[in-house]
Amino acid sequence: MKAFAYARPSTTDEAIATFSSSSGAKFLGGGTNLIDLMKMGVEQPSTLIDITRLPLATIEEHAGGIRIGAMVRNSTVAEHPLVRDRYPVLSQAILAGASPQLRNMATIGGNLMQRTRCSYFYDPTYAHCNKRLPGSGCDAIDGYNRMHAILGASDQCIATNPGDMAVALMALDARIQVLGPQGPRSRLAGDFFRLPGDTPNIDTNLRPGELITAVDLPPIDWATGGHYLKVRDRNSYAFALISVAAVVGLDSNGSIRRAQLALGGVAHMPWRVPDAERVLIGQTPGDGAFRDVAEALLKGAKPYAHNRFKVELVRRSIARALEAASTRA
Amino acid sequence: MNVASLSAGIAATVPLAEAQTVPSASEIVDCAITVNGREYALTLDPRITLLDLLRERLHLTGAKKGCDHGQCGACTVLSGGTRINSCLSLAVTHNGDFITTIEGLARNGDLHPLQAAFIEHDGFQCGYCTPGQICSAAGLLNEVRGRAKPLDDAEIRERMSGNICRCGAYPNIVAAIKAVRGRVAG
Ligand SMILES: Cc1cc2nc3c(=O)[nH]c(=O)nc-3n(C[C@H](O)[C@H](O)[C@H](O)COP(=O)(O)OP(=O)(O)OC[C@H]3O[C@@H](n4cnc5c(N)ncnc54)[C@H](O)[C@@H]3O)c2cc1C
Ligand code: SF4
Ligand code: FES
Ligand code: FES
Repeated sequence: MKAFAYARPSTTDEAIATFSSSSGAKFLGGGTNLIDLMKMGVEQPSTLIDITRLPLATIEEHAGGIRIGAMVRNSTVAEHPLVRDRYPVLSQAILAGASPQLRNMATIGGNLMQRTRCSYFYDPTYAHCNKRLPGSGCDAIDGYNRMHAILGASDQCIATNPGDMAVALMALDARIQVLGPQGPRSRLAGDFFRLPGDTPNIDTNLRPGELITAVDLPPIDWATGGHYLKVRDRNSYAFALISVAAVVGLDSNGSIRRAQLALGGVAHMPWRVPDAERVLIGQTPGDGAFRDVAEALLKGAKPYAHNRFKVELVRRSIARALEAASTRA
Repeated sequence: MNVASLSAGIAATVPLAEAQTVPSASEIVDCAITVNGREYALTLDPRITLLDLLRERLHLTGAKKGCDHGQCGACTVLSGGTRINSCLSLAVTHNGDFITTIEGLARNGDLHPLQAAFIEHDGFQCGYCTPGQICSAAGLLNEVRGRAKPLDDAEIRERMSGNICRCGAYPNIVAAIKAVRGRVAG
């Protein structure tokens, strides 16, 4: 690991000022992604700004919804009664990720900012990775690409965002609060992540030096009809092949009144197509409607040599997740 | 941290012991960490993980290095009673924390109930994963303390999924944890 300076600011302003005054600094949350990448030599920050003791570790009711501080640990969010009762899809998504130990360490801000990546990115002995080394090419496109994207990829990068929590936040229309040298601002989850395009080295629309301070869940009372389905190679402690976060509200006749869903494991960001969701409105929950929405979400899908199975897996997973969510709605 | 990664970026002539603690003046961090009830005043290279601090400097070799990447759980210790992977945690971030390792679980020479149950239920073969399994199980019991709902086998398995056992002692590990939970929860 390359040498770095270590700073432990006690206020958010101090954290942002420390970032501005050192080139190549990085914020340090739980370290479960950043320290790992530093061990691999993929990340080489000059300064680590330890933000874990900043006063951003509360969960509270806010504007009819919930505000989750960026330093709250993943396990605390998943077990919180407000989250479990009102936004079960978020609780389930977090619990589907990593392991209990890692969730005890990982912060909400760090989870959102974990690198979108693939195993070629993680291993610098592979020379070609546009995300790690812009302009070097992509070893995955003609390599082993079973875990990779089927939607929204570019000829520069076909990596997927590995996060589970992010998929639920996308489905819930969560808002991400940030503080930067220019002051506070916020973005919906849908504008926070980005597709690779010609700059796959950039994962999100967060600007350098901006600190995530909180995540706001909107005031919707029908998110109780939520389900997170994660399909993976082993039952636990594995990244998703495919995941689906589904939130469904039914009217008194049992027809679908509201539906929001996002996919994980298919693209450089959690995948959501609001127009596709409209297909479900007014329908009775069932295979016909679920197939239609899956086709709408999969429009433009482009699988690679080893991940063709994901297309059918998405169809089936969407049906299962929507069925489970409707049962709870 | 292995020797190669420790010495990366440090002049090859610097002896390793010195390299571990004195990379360059600006990078040394003072830190106070309590481990198994004993407080240590430490001067640390910020690169040192909690796992390497425990094993290489405090000579507490119970916590094991399996993968060094958060993938196996062999390095599991408790920080303030919460289980974490010490391999992905920088020691300097634990200033003021109370760390418990497998060496700190026994009380006055009596094994911790989980240690005794692992022996009773034959919860290990080679033993490499065992300190991590037991610390993880201790963290698990803290997480469900006071909860009325019983812990069934499926939930124990899911909650212990962060600890890999290459010998496959899983059924007996589950049995050991279940026995202790049954006793503690009454
Ligand atoms: C073995 C293993 C298995 C895993 N499995 C899964 C899985 O199945 N599903 C899943 O979703 N995840 C999984 N993960 C990833 C894990 O969820 C992330 O590593 C974790 O959420 C990152 O959070 P952190 O606080 O540790 O971030 P850190 O590692 O501390 O930081 C990650 C990045 O975020 C930046 N950052 C941190 N906080 C902020 C902030 N407040 N504002 C701005 N930038 C910030 C850092 O600078 C860094 O670039 C796994 C990880 C491991 C090691
Ligand atoms: S898919 Fe993206 S992250 Fe993976 S090797 Fe190609 S450029 Fe790198
Ligand atoms: S050594 Fe820490 S998880 Fe494997
Ligand atoms: S007892 Fe050998 S690895 Fe678990």
